Amino acid sequence: MAEAISAPGGGAGVDHTASDDNYLTHGKGILSWLFTLDHKRIGVMYLVAILSSFFLGGVFALVLRTELLTPGQTIITADSYNKMFTLHGAVMIFLFIIPGIPATLGNFVLPLMLGAKDVALPRLNLASFWLWLTGATVAVASIIIGAVDTGWTFYTPYSTTTGTAVIPMTLGVFILGFSSIFTGLNFIVTIHKMRPEGMTWFRMPLFLWGIYATAIIQVLATPVLGITLLLLVAERTLGVGIFDPALGGDPILYQHFFWFYSHPAVYIMILPAMAIMSELVSVFSGKHIFGYKFIAWSSIAIALLSFLVWGHHMFTSGQSGLTNMIFSALTFSVAIPSAVKVFNWLATMYKGSIRLAAPMLYALSFLFLFAIGGLTGLFLGSLATDIHLHDTYFVVAHFHYVMFGGTVIAFLGGIHYWWPKMFGRMYSERWAQLSALLIFVGFNLTFFTQFVMGSHGMPRRYYNYLERFTAYHQASTVGSYILALGFFVMAGYLLHSLVAGERAPANPWGGATLEWETSSPPPYYNFKHDLRAGDPYDLDALRWDPEIKGYVRKDPGSVLLSPGEAS
Amino acid sequence: MTEIHLAQLLFARTALAPDPADGSFWMPPQVSTIAHSVDWLFNFILAISVFFFVLIVVVMVVFVLKYRRREGQTAESSPSHNTALEVTWTVIPVLLVIVIFFFGFKGFLDMATPPANAYEIMVEGQKWKWSFTYPNGYVDENLHVPVDRPIQLVMSSADVIHSLYVPAFRIKMDVVPGRYSKAWFEATQPGEYDLFCAEYCGTGHSTMLAHVVVHPPGEFETWLDKASDFLATMSPVDAGRKLFQARGCTQCHSMDGSAKTGPTLLNVFGRREKLSNGTTITVDENYIRESILEPAAQVVAGFEPVMPTFQGRLKDQEIMAIIAYLKAPAEASKGSSS
Repeated sequence: MAEAISAPGGGAGVDHTASDDNYLTHGKGILSWLFTLDHKRIGVMYLVAILSSFFLGGVFALVLRTELLTPGQTIITADSYNKMFTLHGAVMIFLFIIPGIPATLGNFVLPLMLGAKDVALPRLNLASFWLWLTGATVAVASIIIGAVDTGWTFYTPYSTTTGTAVIPMTLGVFILGFSSIFTGLNFIVTIHKMRPEGMTWFRMPLFLWGIYATAIIQVLATPVLGITLLLLVAERTLGVGIFDPALGGDPILYQHFFWFYSHPAVYIMILPAMAIMSELVSVFSGKHIFGYKFIAWSSIAIALLSFLVWGHHMFTSGQSGLTNMIFSALTFSVAIPSAVKVFNWLATMYKGSIRLAAPMLYALSFLFLFAIGGLTGLFLGSLATDIHLHDTYFVVAHFHYVMFGGTVIAFLGGIHYWWPKMFGRMYSERWAQLSALLIFVGFNLTFFTQFVMGSHGMPRRYYNYLERFTAYHQASTVGSYILALGFFVMAGYLLHSLVAGERAPANPWGGATLEWETSSPPPYYNFKHDLRAGDPYDLDALRWDPEIKGYVRKDPGSVLLSPGEAS
Repeated sequence: MTEIHLAQLLFARTALAPDPADGSFWMPPQVSTIAHSVDWLFNFILAISVFFFVLIVVVMVVFVLKYRRREGQTAESSPSHNTALEVTWTVIPVLLVIVIFFFGFKGFLDMATPPANAYEIMVEGQKWKWSFTYPNGYVDENLHVPVDRPIQLVMSSADVIHSLYVPAFRIKMDVVPGRYSKAWFEATQPGEYDLFCAEYCGTGHSTMLAHVVVHPPGEFETWLDKASDFLATMSPVDAGRKLFQARGCTQCHSMDGSAKTGPTLLNVFGRREKLSNGTTITVDENYIRESILEPAAQVVAGFEPVMPTFQGRLKDQEIMAIIAYLKAPAEASKGSSS
């Protein structure tokens, strides 16, 4: 069937120039987007929605940092500040970073990497996008009716007694949870059922391993968050005593429930980032990934171990010393697979042919920043030091190094890597370098200072602070402005590329995974031919073709499945 | 350089310790018996972290410089898998984190186990004020302790979760409603140190501060005797003012006319107040007393019934002192007009 609709000029293999009839032009009008079942369009809609959330959360962050320029009131009141940091956390976590990579790049790339037409359950995919929109709307609407001042963790009994709009926000998060579960479920089914000929489990691109491990956590952990938030709502509205000691409940129980989801959720955030890293480091070093199986298994190990470490958020909560000991020990175990991945990425660069294109700049930034984020986790996993550092800016700095320095940076790397595939255009490499530099410098200035003030005892979630912390706070705020500037530059050149960027070839970077075996942007139906998968990191199978300014397979037939072979 | 740093830490524990009274680049001053070992562990992990961080970044930079793509050149071939190497870089971190875990747990046990002879002080957190009750029943807004003596804090909360944090002592413990939590320390140097609330608790979270005053040998008892006697030595109005501040009233009730969580108590005595049930009362001694002991009974219109009761927390004589303090402006104007 695919043969019948082969684009003009297409012989065997991939079209190096995109047809005018691609997934972006196939179907006109807003409704053709909103009700599309095309994973690529859903991915692009997610990208727009999720980057909008990132912008919103970023604006909140800038307001917070500006307020912290001076002790006491700078621009907003204490109550506004408390709402602002809650919104910053809730929007960044539930609207942006948890769905982030899987919903955008995962949706777009996963079926393409499988050589497939779509995900296994396209309608469920659209439903999860609509659930995201609904949940996000409900959560953001809580701002209009008074916002929330509990912190994104909704700790009881504060959250059950505060006068702010806790219920809309938690219901929003509840709905977003379903979106996340559906996406995870869809990816698990797709990876199990739709792998092409030749793609055994250990011939899957590592991006898919990472997304698969993430999906396991999404499906298994998210329901616990949903139930916990429903219990919270039940307590607030019906006075059922579950968490509030005044009603006979136990506030520490809430923390156990909450972190039982929210610690695995940290790995929902970072595993897809690691998944992107494996692709970037290999392709831009021109080398086969080093230690494929160790990386693949470490993703699964992280997914499983992530369920066993939640108590390390509660070392000062009054839980027993024995519990603390067990959770501390288990916490260290989850550090190992992350370290293994970092060493494998470094080893991949050995004797490579390293190109410092924008995606690789982000990959290198990731190594630098994630190393700091991961290593500072050792201070927090260790009991004696965590008692001092818990709930200070040290923790704030640590998780921003992991979540921002890790996940967001890898996400940006992934966006720059797949941008030509998504939109068929190249962006300005020079502006991309400038933006990457601004983000790197701004990020470190913002958050490294927070390590130092934190270990000196500056508690987090503080509107006001002692004079002696002023210099740190001001440096941090200046850093956040540089960071914001970096993002404005990025928004500028990426948007510019959409209208004026050079046309992208099918394979601009030399990747050997299957998404590069179709034109940029891909046609609506993804591939002209049924494909067979080989080693996803066999980069030697490609050569640079100066005429089309892209890579082509030395043997184009090697990835084509002959009609008789199709199962 | 990093290796030397590490070796120094391993073999000469004190070599890098700065003067404990000043604090270091990373840490505040060390003022408790456990602070030294916490900082030692911090520096130990720091040394390991710096070592691995430098290793990662140096390898990365060297590879980028050495193997940077040049025109017409492709990657050299090298194996994409090496079990011995991969097992090595898995096992070495495993061993290191076991060591870190061990020291962390050992330090934690010391922090979690108070000596049997510890002096006990009761702590209560409420939005947004600390109060410290000494064995003789005296309550103060700051934590006064003798130097060189183990102190155990037995803590509870009147409302939401708070957390008592003294950076100079390296201790932190959540203060949870409905249960008692404990923390202990032994201060090693007289002086004044900051005490923070570390668990987010609302509007006044960042101003829920107190001082820890560590008294030189022999002076704590003198201070406590003098402070406990304030009802006898101060005038009722002064004693009332002290109580008003020390017991957290000011967190919700201003004395400058502005409404906070509760109504302002400036010139409250004799004022006519509209209540949430629609009736109107004149504030007198009885109403003030009732509002302290049964705050939800008659709430001024426009305010939420959120004030905790002080039943059993204030003595009769103390309530009378507070009434005297709130009454003082009315008394003064009576005096001047007559």
